[in-house]
Amino acid sequence: MTGYLRPTSLADAVAARAAHPDWLVLAGGTDLMVNAPHRPVPAGIVDLWGCAELRGIARDGETLRLGAGTTWLDVVQSALVAAHAPILGAAAREIGAPQIQARGTIGGNVATSSPVGDSLPVLLALDATLGLASPRGRRVVPYRDFATGYRTTSLDADELIAAVVVPVPDAATRLSWRKVGTRAAQSISKVMAAAAIHVEDGVIAWARFGLGAVAARPIRAAAAEAAAAGRPADEATARAVADALAGEIRPITDVRSAADYRLEVAQALLVRFVLNAGRS
Amino acid sequence: MHTPSGGSVGKSLPRVDGVAKVTGAAHYLDDLVVPRLRHGVTVRSTVAHGTFDGLDLDPAFDWSQITVVTADHLGWGQGLAAGGLGQNHIAMLDTDQPALVPVGGRIKHVDEPLALIAAPTRALALAARAHARPRQTAQPAVLAIDDALRAEVKLYGDDNVFKQFLIRKGHATDDELEAAMAGADRVLEGTYHTGAQEQMYIEPQAMMATLDGGIMRIAGSMQCPYYVHKAMKVLLGCDAEQVVVTQTVTGGGFGGKEEYPSMLAAHCALLAQASGAPVKMVYDRDADIAATTKRHPSRVHHRLGLRADGTIAAIDVDVIFDGGAYLTLSPVVLSRGVLHAAGPYRCDVVRVRGRAVATNHPPHGAFRGFGAPQTTFAYERQLAKAARVLGVAPWDHRDRLALRPGDTTATGQVLERSVGTDDVLRAIREAAGPPPTRDGTNRHGAPVRRGRGHAFYFHGAGFTGSGEQRLAGRATVVARPDGTFEVLASSTDMGQGAITIFTQLAAEALGVPPEQVRVPDPATDHVPDSGPTVASRTCMVVGGLVDRAARTLRLRVEAWADAAGIKGDLATRAAAMIAAMIERGGGDLVGGGVAETVQYEPPPGIHWDDATYTGQAYPCYGWAGCLVDVEVDLDTREVSLLRCVHAVDVGRAINPVIVRGQIEGGTVQALGWAVLESVVYRDGKVANASMTNCIVPTFADVPDLETIIVECPYPYGPSGAKGVGEIPMDGPAAAVANALEDALGVPFDRLPILPEDIARALRPGGGAGGAGGGAA
Ligand SMILES: Cc1cc2nc3c(=O)[nH]c(=O)nc-3n(C[C@H](O)[C@H](O)[C@H](O)COP(=O)(O)OP(=O)(O)OC[C@H]3O[C@@H](n4cnc5c(N)ncnc54)[C@H](O)[C@@H]3O)c2cc1C
Repeated sequence: MTGYLRPTSLADAVAARAAHPDWLVLAGGTDLMVNAPHRPVPAGIVDLWGCAELRGIARDGETLRLGAGTTWLDVVQSALVAAHAPILGAAAREIGAPQIQARGTIGGNVATSSPVGDSLPVLLALDATLGLASPRGRRVVPYRDFATGYRTTSLDADELIAAVVVPVPDAATRLSWRKVGTRAAQSISKVMAAAAIHVEDGVIAWARFGLGAVAARPIRAAAAEAAAAGRPADEATARAVADALAGEIRPITDVRSAADYRLEVAQALLVRFVLNAGRS
Repeated sequence: MHTPSGGSVGKSLPRVDGVAKVTGAAHYLDDLVVPRLRHGVTVRSTVAHGTFDGLDLDPAFDWSQITVVTADHLGWGQGLAAGGLGQNHIAMLDTDQPALVPVGGRIKHVDEPLALIAAPTRALALAARAHARPRQTAQPAVLAIDDALRAEVKLYGDDNVFKQFLIRKGHATDDELEAAMAGADRVLEGTYHTGAQEQMYIEPQAMMATLDGGIMRIAGSMQCPYYVHKAMKVLLGCDAEQVVVTQTVTGGGFGGKEEYPSMLAAHCALLAQASGAPVKMVYDRDADIAATTKRHPSRVHHRLGLRADGTIAAIDVDVIFDGGAYLTLSPVVLSRGVLHAAGPYRCDVVRVRGRAVATNHPPHGAFRGFGAPQTTFAYERQLAKAARVLGVAPWDHRDRLALRPGDTTATGQVLERSVGTDDVLRAIREAAGPPPTRDGTNRHGAPVRRGRGHAFYFHGAGFTGSGEQRLAGRATVVARPDGTFEVLASSTDMGQGAITIFTQLAAEALGVPPEQVRVPDPATDHVPDSGPTVASRTCMVVGGLVDRAARTLRLRVEAWADAAGIKGDLATRAAAMIAAMIERGGGDLVGGGVAETVQYEPPPGIHWDDATYTGQAYPCYGWAGCLVDVEVDLDTREVSLLRCVHAVDVGRAINPVIVRGQIEGGTVQALGWAVLESVVYRDGKVANASMTNCIVPTFADVPDLETIIVECPYPYGPSGAKGVGEIPMDGPAAAVANALEDALGVPFDRLPILPEDIARALRPGGGAGGAGGGAA
């Protein structure tokens, strides 16, 4: 018999996790169920779906706090997200289709840590942090240190993701997001990119570029960011950003797309983000 | 003569199967539960070419509840009645495809069935399969058309050619053809490739077999119960009465359930016999995509000889289809492909050569359009290029060249009636509107390029040549004592609306409300063989039989009732007639009612010569025009389909909503084939065998669709109807490619056209290559 627990508080969830380290943690199930037929039946399930404490979006000082159990539909419908992190809303709107958005959670996306997890480049561009909980207490880690390799993370075996915390960008920060997938909906990304570009008097003070589907894990494009910093948001800078990017990513060819296409499109997206930042 | 007054035809009667389907009351095969049921799974090959050396069963696994079948220890040749079997092949057009590769036998494709396993639960069957290891020796595989033609590795005969055709019009020798080509002012030459396409019906392949008192009962998801019936007779070595095949509620087919269900039925039957229990097999999606038939990848070389005035001096087409590992239906698919290859255009000198070749891909087979979409893509790309070099507007060009009554097709068929050219072109030109503005910016701030493409095409309705005569399809209409009328036909409803159309046609002909008409599930023990549910023939041909049977029945009942002085509606009069017949002993009752069965009769003047491929290739044609507006994002090379106008001549729309559904659905499938759908083969295996990666359009990918129903009645179709099922699939892909060339100024001659292909074409020095799978 498969065991089943449905904690209603984060504390209970952490306790359940600690008591059953070999059980599966289930949120919306939209990642887990896809692979269910290809995986042995788990010893038990800790179902987070009923944990109200994990769900919801709130303004907390200069940050937005999203509970790990917040669904993409919650994100799509949130006025706070629309006002302060519109690219997260844009990404949410393109995850699967409405049915998936109603079940899939931000915590699930972060924990699965797929290179094609659509929210992950956004979290990189927004420089989000994660609130993690375990029997040993709470800790906060910058999201940029979380994804360590192909579907691996720095989450400890007994840890749960409690929240995703997004600093509210200031008015001079231009946010961009674009997903390039296999079709218009229910689509796995071939390339996606998010940017936060801080522009003052037409000059880029700093930029954060988050990219997905171009490496084994979602990545920040450090060289491209460096190529943008301190430069005017113009064609020449855009070109320099594209060149720098070519030096730092090596996408692959698979059944969904081709390496040369992925690189070309990743470059084109960053070029567009820089040009758009200069225009607005 | 009584004029029917049912008033059903031309109205959009709601689908008679609709409520049960949307409420979930309809039982698909997988919903059926029977006592002692076993679940079957298939052990498949992992090499594209080689030998099957044996099956190792892990001794550590508990096999006590498991039935394992290989082709070896079965009683082939003894016959079902003797507790054995017939022959180990799937009887279709040839005998080359085994139900199971025998130990020591040749494996011809990846995912070929080697052994079968049945267990009381599906989980146990899957667990057992994980402990059954087939031993295989790999050999060099043939995975490209040119390698097949080189025939260094022989897969079929000496030349790897399953079938070839030659059509000659207006010339007797190749030299004469070349002379006509040389006389043209310019010759446009192009090579066109199309990839495989997965049908992606919503319900995967599903079947069940029960051996019950010496009778093998097969039930499942299928298009053609009598195809399965024929295959089972040969496999089991039994008489027609010892196999009963019933179609269960079927969730889509698109040709994918034309030949493959015979394989599934064979496997269920083998397991049912071996286990002594009913056996169900339902493919999971990944296996269904990997192992079952798809549209033939193609390479079509097309030469178009143009005179200075724009007319066509000569057409020469060379068609090659990748048939995959076994012959299956490739000859007939190729036949339709070559018969459409010259297009609906006037030309006195035509040569079409066609070959279907053997490769080590899983067999390719029937898919909506059946060979015509591949050749239509080639000729409509050629026509677009011709209009461009001639500087003629696309519709003007086609209008000038298109076939009209009195003109002859490539096979010398003189078109007499029901030629929709003028009506279709008028309708689509009126709806066209201004082309999209060329340059713009989208919501991402990215620059875009827009363009418009056109295509005009035809599609033969019904079986090719003398096929309908050979088939001699039958249908029955029965008046029952309870006041209902039953339509008995082996045509299946797979979601396309067949039983609703039959209901309307019978109601119209009988002059009764449609509520009094029922169409029971086809089962071979109580419906006549009306032929397969394919070839855009169900409404035109079988609907014609239903119409005629219903009229004959009505006349018979009315004549009897008039003579007997019985008044009232038809149901009342029929009930009185049945009562009188019962009084006389009931000898001539059929299933307790009065029945009329009619058989196909060809329209007058049909002549077809299979040897020379000349004559009336089809009794009539549907005609269609398609216009597509596209937008290409120049940052990402993504294609947005903005608008698609599709005008289709269907003869007469028996049910306009269903006809619209057929056109819209076929259009979306064609648009998907054009810009999204790619079956990626790697070493002969489908590398993207999942719905995640084998992309088909979603509603979000569907453009603004405008469907125009054009009605040029066909006098020998019921109420003037001809085919609609396939024609919408034929032309939109060419219209998309033409639109992309219009937008970007580079040619796209290979399907699918993915953003990766557009990127490659736009790179300096790039040609329009192809990342998509399919033919090499
Ligand atoms: C049809 C379909 C379309 C999809 N389309 C997209 C798409 O377009 N873009 C995209 O990015 N994704 C897509 N997905 C994947 C999926 O929907 C998302 O990744 C979603 O965010 C997963 O969330 P979930 O709650 O359903 O995760 P679950 O499946 O419940 O869990 C996923 C993983 O996260 C772990 N987990 C969940 N919550 C926590 C927590 N609080 N702490 C620790 N671990 C946790 C689970 O143990 C599991 O390992 C799609 C999935 C499907 C089925």
